Amino acid sequence: MSLKHDIEFTLNGVRKRVTVDVAMTALDMLRDVVGLTGTKYGCGEGECGACTIRVDGETRNSCLMFAVDFDGRDIVTIEGLAADPKADALREAFVEHGAVQCGFCTPGMVMQASHILDTNPNADAETIKRGIEGNLCRCTGYKKIVDAVESACCGGR
Amino acid sequence: MNVAEKPVIAAASLIGQRIQKKDAPEKAAGKTRYIQDMVVPGMLHAKILRSSRVHAKIKSIDTSAAKALPGVHVVLTAADVPDQQPIGVARDHLPLKGERVRSLRDEIAAVAADSDEIAEAALKLIRVEYEDLPVIASPEDAIKPGAPLIHPTPLDAHGRPQSLPPKTPIAFAGKPDNIAMRFDYTHGDIAQAEAESDVVVEDSFQLHYVTHCCMGVSGVIAEFDASGNLLMYSNTQVPFLHKREFAEYLNIDPSRVRIIQPPIGGGFGSKLDIYPFEVICIFLARAAKRPVKMVFTREEEFLASPTRQPVLLTLRSGCRKDGTLTFRQVHTLHDNGAYTSWGATTPFVMMQTFSSLYRVPACDYHTTVVYTNNPYAGSFRGYGNLQATFAIEQHMDMLAEKIGMDPLDFRLKNAQDAGEVTGQGMTFKSCGFKECITTAAERSDYRKKHADNIANRNARGPVKRGIGIASMLHVGGGAKIYPSDGCGTILKLDDFANVTLITGASEIGQGSETVLSQLVCEELGLPISAVTVVNNDTAITPWDVGVHASRTTFIAGNSAIGAARKAKAKILAAAAKKHDCDEAALDLRGGFVVVAETGEPVVELARLMRNLHFSDKAELVMTTFYYEPPSVHQDKAFKGDVSAAYAWAAQVVEVEVDTETGIVKMTKVTGTHDVGRVLNRLGLEGQIEGGVVMGQGYALTENLIVENGVTRNPNFRDYKLVTAPEIPEMDITFVESMDGEGPQGAKGVGEAPAICIAAAAANAIHNATGVRIFGLPFTPEAVYRALRGKSDKPHWPAWKPE
Repeated sequence: MSLKHDIEFTLNGVRKRVTVDVAMTALDMLRDVVGLTGTKYGCGEGECGACTIRVDGETRNSCLMFAVDFDGRDIVTIEGLAADPKADALREAFVEHGAVQCGFCTPGMVMQASHILDTNPNADAETIKRGIEGNLCRCTGYKKIVDAVESACCGGR
Repeated sequence: MNVAEKPVIAAASLIGQRIQKKDAPEKAAGKTRYIQDMVVPGMLHAKILRSSRVHAKIKSIDTSAAKALPGVHVVLTAADVPDQQPIGVARDHLPLKGERVRSLRDEIAAVAADSDEIAEAALKLIRVEYEDLPVIASPEDAIKPGAPLIHPTPLDAHGRPQSLPPKTPIAFAGKPDNIAMRFDYTHGDIAQAEAESDVVVEDSFQLHYVTHCCMGVSGVIAEFDASGNLLMYSNTQVPFLHKREFAEYLNIDPSRVRIIQPPIGGGFGSKLDIYPFEVICIFLARAAKRPVKMVFTREEEFLASPTRQPVLLTLRSGCRKDGTLTFRQVHTLHDNGAYTSWGATTPFVMMQTFSSLYRVPACDYHTTVVYTNNPYAGSFRGYGNLQATFAIEQHMDMLAEKIGMDPLDFRLKNAQDAGEVTGQGMTFKSCGFKECITTAAERSDYRKKHADNIANRNARGPVKRGIGIASMLHVGGGAKIYPSDGCGTILKLDDFANVTLITGASEIGQGSETVLSQLVCEELGLPISAVTVVNNDTAITPWDVGVHASRTTFIAGNSAIGAARKAKAKILAAAAKKHDCDEAALDLRGGFVVVAETGEPVVELARLMRNLHFSDKAELVMTTFYYEPPSVHQDKAFKGDVSAAYAWAAQVVEVEVDTETGIVKMTKVTGTHDVGRVLNRLGLEGQIEGGVVMGQGYALTENLIVENGVTRNPNFRDYKLVTAPEIPEMDITFVESMDGEGPQGAKGVGEAPAICIAAAAANAIHNATGVRIFGLPFTPEAVYRALRGKSDKPHWPAWKPE
């Protein structure tokens, strides 16, 4: 039998208590236990960034975290960001600048971009490119994503 | 609004505007539900056991322990599905392998269980005994006399080859040699053309394995209803072809197969064929009598989804001193892998480029597609054109250099014009090719930089700058491969003048929903937000051949326009009758019927819709249209005008080559595309930029390393996709040649931007260093070796079977 563990954490501003298998990844818990599927599985080994979430304000690949690591932490997923009016401008920038095609990398990109905006609101294009280096996109060629984030940075100025 | 209060409405066009993608807000909010996110009540989770050997006989399979594991519902092997039918382009591929595995990806058993974890645990309990067979790891080995056969003819009880009825599929009858397909095409007199040449060059080129790397991994959900009807949630790019094929594999009527496509996490051609996992998932659902979901891991995606086809290619090209091309002779050897998918048929496209990109009086083209024990190749954005262009466009530079002509002038001298009919029978009704070349060259300052770079090759410092150009021709008005290349549309307006556009054309992220809505709104004078698109359910949508051949905007666009124009005619006729005016004098603008000349509103469209609906006549505005392009099938000699329009482009690539490390940095891409007409500028730019970076990956970083049949780098750490900091500056412009058949003059463009990049990069590296590299990719190791004269130039003696 697999070992279970009780954890308690804040998910998108709401306290949450969950019993999880100790071997379960944070990504699987979000998707399969909590039922929030905006965070995507792209590779399962921290190479693509599709599963990017915020943990205590920092961005993390949720596929590389165990679910039990959430205990006592403050977690924000794309669903939390989508409900946050402060992030409206960023999401609208993605739409307006054509930064979305198939959209599978988009939630992770938006999460990473939100972190760039929070930590470096005056980021230029080169800084943004470095900031999303860990997020792979196969459709857009990144340019319009960089444009979107840059405009949101400028918009926040 | 009362019409009397409404001011005059000026004519306005959506064409050429930057239209936001309709599905972008949902996607940016993480609300879009892809197949990976879907849960069907009662569904089981499935996993596949794949071969651990590259080429082997299966001696035994023991699934008893797996079947006994709690939570396991079904375990299937080939023995459990004696009715399984071969799949694939050549019907050489049984989904579950019972007697022999031919590649490391081969499916041996499958499990449906309560969870992925239980299914995974069950796989580990399955015991397979193998007897290894010799491995054919290269296409050259596959055609050696006496080479082991990948699909040997089965033997009877006496050890003699079984005699089977003609037309027995290869999966049952075998193949007496390793040759999967042959393509032979000729126009003109090659011998005479060569005799008339002042300069002839011949080189071999080697193209490598790359794969699609859709960010959303492969997945499918299959379920049967109580009457035995199959419902599939599928990522396919060709739902209507698959509906028919799945029915064939299950021996049921196609009307009993329904395919729903959830939003798709990337396609790029990877989802054009039926793959074993889809058929196996159906078998599991049939056996379990429950819905079954199967989703790949990323490693599985690398191992078991198709690749771009590796090609060995020998090209012989000639020209006169005045710069006139005389002939091209091409022999290629394609590595098919163990089974035949669409990758085998890429010569259809390759030969178009050889025969028709430039005016060439004689062309002789031969491809042999051979079986090996490698991963099997599918269709991938560009469909062989990247490989063909890589060879041709390097030879264009080499021939120009030999005769001392500027590479631009040489291209312009031989470039096609509108009105040309090529040796292959392609008719170029709109053609902005020369303008593409001159525009891209001028915007990038190609001539000056090209000369300066040569002059600076021996300057101090390790980093050398280079600039290179390459051009491309690709189908831009569909491709008549199937009996029909058409697309159907059903269009309806509701009581509030909102439109439902029901189209056969699938959305795979490329923006078809948006551009089709735009074309409809252009006719009906409505905002994009007035349109709801229904495009993902074979039970609802009319037939379409699928997302391939850069055809959707052109074919589905014309279909949508056809339906919208019928609706408009009906609306204007009704308005004219009701308001007692001449329908020819009316137009639709801003949600109103207006007098075309003055813009004066006659009636609000929504009000007219309600009047029609709730009148004595009780009419709704619903129209249908099926568009079939005026193209023809090729004959057996591969001649025929297969597309209704052709797309052109020239791309200039600038690089910095670090001669001490071999690192090639792509600094800038200047691309000019003949797109017919710009429809959605935002979407178009997105297609081009994404294609350019995909081409950059093909040229510089991506390499699926297959050694002795084993894929060595099935992960994103070792398979290098281009990341954001590496992208070049991009200067993208458009030539609007206004194609007469195209929707609002547009032509297809989806594949075009990826095609030239590797060829132009090769020319740029040569411009920088004087060294020409004939194989891809241009990794630091490969470039470092080439700069030191230590790389083996590919050599493939021109060969075809007798």
